[in-house]
Amino acid sequence: MQLALRLARRAGVFLVSLLGASLLIFLVTNALPGDVAQVLLGTDATPEALAELRAQLGLDQPLAVRYLQWLGGLIVGDFGSSHLNGQPVLGLLAPRLAVTLWLVLFGVLGSLLIAVPAGMVAALKRRSWPGFTISAAAQVGMAIPVFWGGIMLVLVFAVWLHWLPANGYVPLLRDPAQWASHLVLPALTLAGVQAAVLIRYVRSAFLEVLNEDYYRTARAIGWTPMRALLRHGMRNAAISLVTVLGLQVSSVLVGAIVVESVFTLPGLGTLLITAVGQRDLLVVQGTVMFLVLAVLLISALVDLSYLLIDPRQRTAGGAR
Amino acid sequence: MHAVSSRRPHRGPIRALAAVLGLALAIVLAACTPSSPQSTEKPLRALAVGATLEPASMDPWHNTAASIPQVLLYNVYETLVKVDTNGEIKPLLAQAWEVSADRRVYTFHLNPAAKFASGAPVDAAAVVANITRLKGDTRLTETLRAQLAVVAGAQASGNNQVQITLLRPSTMWLYDMSSTLGMMLDPSATGDLNTTSAGSGPYAVKAHNQGQSVVLAANTAYWGNPPRFDEVTFRYFTDPNAMNAAMLGGDLDVISNLQAPDALSQFADTTQFTTISGTTNGEVVLGVNHDNKALAKLEVRQALTRAIDRRALLDTVWNGQGTLIGSMAVPTDPWYEDLSATNAYDPDAAKALLKEAGYSSGLSLRLRVPVVPYAVKSAQFVASQLRDVGVKVTIEELDFTRWLDEVFTKGDYDMTIVAHVEARDLGKFANPKYYWHYGDEKFAALYDAADQAPTEEQADAGMKAAVRYLADDAAAIWLFALPNLVITKATISGVAQNATTLSFDLTTITSR
Repeated sequence: MQLALRLARRAGVFLVSLLGASLLIFLVTNALPGDVAQVLLGTDATPEALAELRAQLGLDQPLAVRYLQWLGGLIVGDFGSSHLNGQPVLGLLAPRLAVTLWLVLFGVLGSLLIAVPAGMVAALKRRSWPGFTISAAAQVGMAIPVFWGGIMLVLVFAVWLHWLPANGYVPLLRDPAQWASHLVLPALTLAGVQAAVLIRYVRSAFLEVLNEDYYRTARAIGWTPMRALLRHGMRNAAISLVTVLGLQVSSVLVGAIVVESVFTLPGLGTLLITAVGQRDLLVVQGTVMFLVLAVLLISALVDLSYLLIDPRQRTAGGAR
Repeated sequence: MHAVSSRRPHRGPIRALAAVLGLALAIVLAACTPSSPQSTEKPLRALAVGATLEPASMDPWHNTAASIPQVLLYNVYETLVKVDTNGEIKPLLAQAWEVSADRRVYTFHLNPAAKFASGAPVDAAAVVANITRLKGDTRLTETLRAQLAVVAGAQASGNNQVQITLLRPSTMWLYDMSSTLGMMLDPSATGDLNTTSAGSGPYAVKAHNQGQSVVLAANTAYWGNPPRFDEVTFRYFTDPNAMNAAMLGGDLDVISNLQAPDALSQFADTTQFTTISGTTNGEVVLGVNHDNKALAKLEVRQALTRAIDRRALLDTVWNGQGTLIGSMAVPTDPWYEDLSATNAYDPDAAKALLKEAGYSSGLSLRLRVPVVPYAVKSAQFVASQLRDVGVKVTIEELDFTRWLDEVFTKGDYDMTIVAHVEARDLGKFANPKYYWHYGDEKFAALYDAADQAPTEEQADAGMKAAVRYLADDAAAIWLFALPNLVITKATISGVAQNATTLSFDLTTITSR
């Protein structure tokens, strides 16, 4: 019963955030100076022609009317069409989403692959050189801007060594090997930057475990530190790790947008940048709305995942 | 270890996670090894061209973006006549043409071999159908509508002979016909022109991968010299560094126009790369708003021109690449002459002129520029030089669409910097509503007389006089003409030296 109530409350928060975000997105994009009519008609357009095109595109209607029309469309799953070429926004988003999803997926997996072992070592060896080295590397990593890291990787692996393509994208179904080779550097860039942030959290989560009674007991019955940490520490540390990961989702998405433009990947980020430049407002609104939806969904999933990780939360009165 | 694991049943999820992570690592590592070139039966002759602006559509008639004709003109859609690398008009679909004595009737003799990709002939009926279609198109871009306004009508005077009649003589008209206005569309085309093509050129649009590339495939039934590549890909880069990296990494065959001349040194190795340096139609204009009280005065405009050392500016901001022009014409224009010595750099004279105009105690101007490399860099240089003669300049950088709205449309600026990339575009100064608000009647009269001159020689002489008038009147300040900097792999040859049209002409390019 308590669980149902908690889920219902979560859903309510979810919907209200979505509605608020839609209003904010609409107002901000419509406050941008310049419009798509000008981009379409170019520099020779007469004011009459501009006004006519604006009327055709419905850009001359009051803000409130346009917002409600857009919102009404969203509710039934209609994101509208691009003003520039008439393609439905959802049709533009879908292939871009695939690219961004791969990037985010490999970025997050890669960051875990780096951060979890490194964080554990940093916790266990915190008073000797491996610990110091890892902590220092994490600090340096956090100070490196994503785009710079990306450019450096391109310089080394594409320009000097010619091992990997410098940028671009090939869909998975067309050529899997090419697809993978085009994703390595972008995913590595994203993973590296995220890992630098995560390592600190993993380290402190495991440091906490080191002070727990159960860990001392495990050590007392003769387990090695690493074995005790893996067996008992992992699940406990996972709770704070998942929280951080959930909070990091938005920064991973922002990072993905930057990485996409460094590596010219045709993902949501580059779509958004192009659409803003061309004032293709419905595409901008649709893309941002989609990103908001993704972030809200993931944070909801993070909340739910506590129930999976921590059995204590599943029992009555265990709400955090 | 095994004994422990049997006592711990809930270890499953962690093990699964480890397996997934391991698999991901394996994929990443596998991809790291360079893939060996796949041997197919017949090697695909492919060309990859790097470009900057991605077209939103493949329809040049309803979208003014120059990135569309860059891909399509001469490559996919052909015109009756084309402009070559030296700026001269040459036959394409028309083998020959005659102009009537009053310069109002043009008779084109079409090449009888010419046919569209569909197999239909490019005959007189097809040309007439194209002119009629454009005349009746209410959604046609304003640029094309203005260019078409001079055309009275077209009629077939034989199977392969067509007569186009103008309302008045026009020097510019035939040039316009060598560009988007003259692109011949297959009258039987029914496909969506946003995504497909129906031209008579050596290539046809195969795919537009939004966000990255446009792919052209060879038109195997082409009526002229067979295309030299099976597939040509235009790849788009918003970041010039990314384009350079792709070229250095071997993923591109050609950089269609290098965006940052300071990157030239990266391609200095002539065993790997060829650098082509020519001219474009792009005049980088420091435009002044003639509605501004101070800038309406000739002395002030002359003073501003004399205060700016344009040679030093070109060396500083564009690595010395480009041409000093001094007025609204580029070296490939028939009426070009070097006017960079008009109102030459002389800061003392500039100060004297400002004093004469009553601004010795100072003048404050807003320089509002779009965020494009040449404008941002030039603005810094201009501001510093104007400061030296006592003019206070405030620089504002605007995103391009905002610039279009506030500066270009609403005229909210004192000075701005933008490249005018259209060919033979001095006529813009004859339009008082254009964002400079120049409206000088003497210039407009000179320009109209030149455009409507009875002979070609008189037309060119008239244009020359008009161009000179602009320089003398300091109607704007011409910083330089953008260079055409093309980088190719050493194995590529035949790329046109000068960008005289909007087209990136593939028809002359070969690979060995």
